[in-house]
Amino acid sequence: MNDIIISLQGISAEYDGEKVIDKLNLDIRDHEFVTFLGPSGCGKTTTLRIIGGFVEPTEGDVFFEGKKITDVPAFKRNINTVFQRYALFPHLNVYDNIAFGLKLKKVPKEHIKIQVEEMLKLVNLEGYEMRKINQLSGGQQQRVAIARALINKPKVLLLDEPLGALDLKLRKEMQMELKRIQQALGITFIYVTHDQEEALTMSDRVLVMRKGKILQSGSPEDIYNEPVNAFVADFIGESNIIGGVMLDDYLVEFAGVKFECEDSGFSRMEAVDVVIRPEDFRMVSVDEGQIIGKVESVIFKGVHFEIIVEGHGLQWMIHSTQSREVGDMIGMTLTPNDIHVMRKMEGRR
Amino acid sequence: MKIKAVSYPYVAWALLFIAIPLGLIVYFAFTDTAGSFTVDNIIQAGRYSNVLMKSIWLSAISTAICLVMGYPIAYYMSRSSAMVSGTILLLIMLPMWMNFLLRTYGWMSILENNGIINQIFGVFGLGPFEMINTQGAVVLGMVYNYIPFMILPLNSVMTKIGKDVIEAAQDLGASPARVLSEVVLPLSLPGIKTGIIMVFVPAVSTFIISQMLGGGGNQLIGDIIELQFLGNAYNPNLGSAISLVLMLLVMLIMSVSGFLNDDDLEEKLL
Amino acid sequence: MKTFAKTYLGVFMAFLYAPIFVLIIFSFNESKGRTFTGFTWKWYSALFHDAAIMDALLTTLIVAITASVFATVMGTAAAVGLNRMEGKFRSGIMGLTYLPILNPEIITGVSFMLLFVVAKNALNSVGVPFQFGWATLIIAHITFNVPYVILNVLPKLRQMDGSLVDAAMDLGCSHWQAFYKVVIHEIRPGIVSGFLMALTFSLDDFVVSYFTTGAKHQTLSVLIYAMTKKRVSPKINAISTLLFVVVLIVLIAVNLVERRNINRNRQAVRDRKKEED
Repeated sequence: MNDIIISLQGISAEYDGEKVIDKLNLDIRDHEFVTFLGPSGCGKTTTLRIIGGFVEPTEGDVFFEGKKITDVPAFKRNINTVFQRYALFPHLNVYDNIAFGLKLKKVPKEHIKIQVEEMLKLVNLEGYEMRKINQLSGGQQQRVAIARALINKPKVLLLDEPLGALDLKLRKEMQMELKRIQQALGITFIYVTHDQEEALTMSDRVLVMRKGKILQSGSPEDIYNEPVNAFVADFIGESNIIGGVMLDDYLVEFAGVKFECEDSGFSRMEAVDVVIRPEDFRMVSVDEGQIIGKVESVIFKGVHFEIIVEGHGLQWMIHSTQSREVGDMIGMTLTPNDIHVMRKMEGRR
Repeated sequence: MKIKAVSYPYVAWALLFIAIPLGLIVYFAFTDTAGSFTVDNIIQAGRYSNVLMKSIWLSAISTAICLVMGYPIAYYMSRSSAMVSGTILLLIMLPMWMNFLLRTYGWMSILENNGIINQIFGVFGLGPFEMINTQGAVVLGMVYNYIPFMILPLNSVMTKIGKDVIEAAQDLGASPARVLSEVVLPLSLPGIKTGIIMVFVPAVSTFIISQMLGGGGNQLIGDIIELQFLGNAYNPNLGSAISLVLMLLVMLIMSVSGFLNDDDLEEKLL
Repeated sequence: MKTFAKTYLGVFMAFLYAPIFVLIIFSFNESKGRTFTGFTWKWYSALFHDAAIMDALLTTLIVAITASVFATVMGTAAAVGLNRMEGKFRSGIMGLTYLPILNPEIITGVSFMLLFVVAKNALNSVGVPFQFGWATLIIAHITFNVPYVILNVLPKLRQMDGSLVDAAMDLGCSHWQAFYKVVIHEIRPGIVSGFLMALTFSLDDFVVSYFTTGAKHQTLSVLIYAMTKKRVSPKINAISTLLFVVVLIVLIAVNLVERRNINRNRQAVRDRKKEED
């Protein structure tokens, strides 16, 4: 594994005397698109800032290509950052913003000019050299920020919720754009977001964080299909989370019904969380249903209907392309594949 | 590198030239000429309590007049277009940029026994009236010099009262008078508080206006202090004691009014 | 209602400008008295031939410029440092900073006088010559100027997007480079207004100068004070008129520049909107 470009070993960090990162270990491979995903306050931005050199960890070390860089200041790291609100220099025009890093390195003028033009082409902003920053739209500012960071040819680009300030349509566009740029340059992107959809769309690997710890690390498919606990399940997509009891290997009871499942290795009668994605329910007639309930509400969501059913003393959320009438009694069935049994998480909300 | 360190030269400066001088006032107030401890100066300062009361009284009257005169101006500005209120603001600031000695000197020319007003009265065979060297002239000088300090904070608070709030009040049936009394006045209270302090503090401690317009008979506490330091009565110990009393009075007024605790203290002082 | 408001405004302005116009009119008065006997420029030429007044003008300018430049540098540095501080030390320093602004001027004045008297006695007793003069004036002016610089610069530092500094360092700036390549541009309006405020207060100051000036060189305001004691001296009228004209020109110029900047910004925003549409 010598293609590891960034390695965090036993990193902890504090903010205002509160521990925001707790003994975190992490390896990031070269060329990888890695996303830190989590709610605000989970420590994802702090982790990014530690890699960038803006925050000093209270313990642990940061390695870059195997070399310890914990004490190397930000301006000496071969890592660049795209900041949340872009942090473009308002007193400089587009050209001078992008050229900023090269000018510091005293690169000859004609070389700077060529490289700035290359960068503007990369981010589709040719002809904007002389614009002032306040004459640019949010999306254009975003592109300048990316160009300004990339011109320094960093091996790793850090992106701190870079699309947060853009509207939905532009955000989708920029997601594709970022993915394209990352693939074109073949460098490592470390991305921070609280938007699960964004994380799943763009990343090679998603790291779900909570309270300064990494809960799960895996490909977008793994994270979505096999969440390790109820928190991850709830954060990634919508879920029904029900308390249950593991009766035996491959047999779980919840909502007063016994279900076959694919999970094993729990102790007998262990209390567990059962996660069911809303699109995994099949609606059937009442006498065929494993769970029976009354339709409480039906909302059209565009592609599917969101149906809330009350039954067995619980509320169930179903996503289906078929509709039902409010007040209908319906049955629901699940296959073992649809049922995800998880260990109870301590300190769940 | 510690970025904090770039402020250390100022920290040293502030200790040397702000903290120590004020400490010296306290030291001198409680020592005699030989340097030994005494409360004699404070007791002696008590002899001037009537002067202090007079200073407070005249400043309070001036402050009240400033408020009554200035409030309508500030209100008018806040309801005018940016262009109009900007011009009025400029017109109010312009005299402030001239040294107050000169402005006050101008009033001397107007109020004197052979000054402009008495000359005009003279044409009709009236007067001359004794206007200069009166308490009224001192109050006039205070009002004239400090009324911008009342209008500026009032205006900045009133400008922040949104047009929508006023319109909402009108929409709910409030007459212009009710809009003023029910909405604008309560919302402008912070500005009134700031204005009162910004006028009262310089007024109560002035020593020039009283000399120029009040003559010898209307000495204020500032004049007494000046006399102890630069006048014939040279007595820095007594002067320090009176200064200490004045300083504590001002600080007391500021802290009682909550002036010092507001978050926007910085903004108010500029 | 409208006409009433306008009338009141007119009366108020008359009140504000009455003494100034009186000064201006009498600066052209032939006789020294209070009746206008004829037009003359003679007080103006007398003014320019008065060595004491010219010396005071020079002193005022030297003191104000030296003190405000020094205060701007020290105050900006102080603000940058204070912006990074927290807790008791910071509030202590901020408290000290507010004092010269909050305290009655006369208190600040006499406190300086006490300090300089004590310093003078101490230094003279060990044979170091020290007198009230340039040093005392300039030190006092710096001290009451610095707080205005700090209070103007601090909010700009606080408003500044903190990630700008991060971005500068990210792109290879050292702390110092980040300051002069990025931060200083962001806080420049605060530095400029702090400097102008310091300069204005310095030029205009009477009370503190009065207590710290030496025998040799006096500031203009201290000299004017001495002149007002004589009651009738038409040169004061001439000084007032000249000052008024200078202030008027400066204010109008500043106003024009500001309006132009506002218009330019509006234009920029309009351009961008047009493009987005």
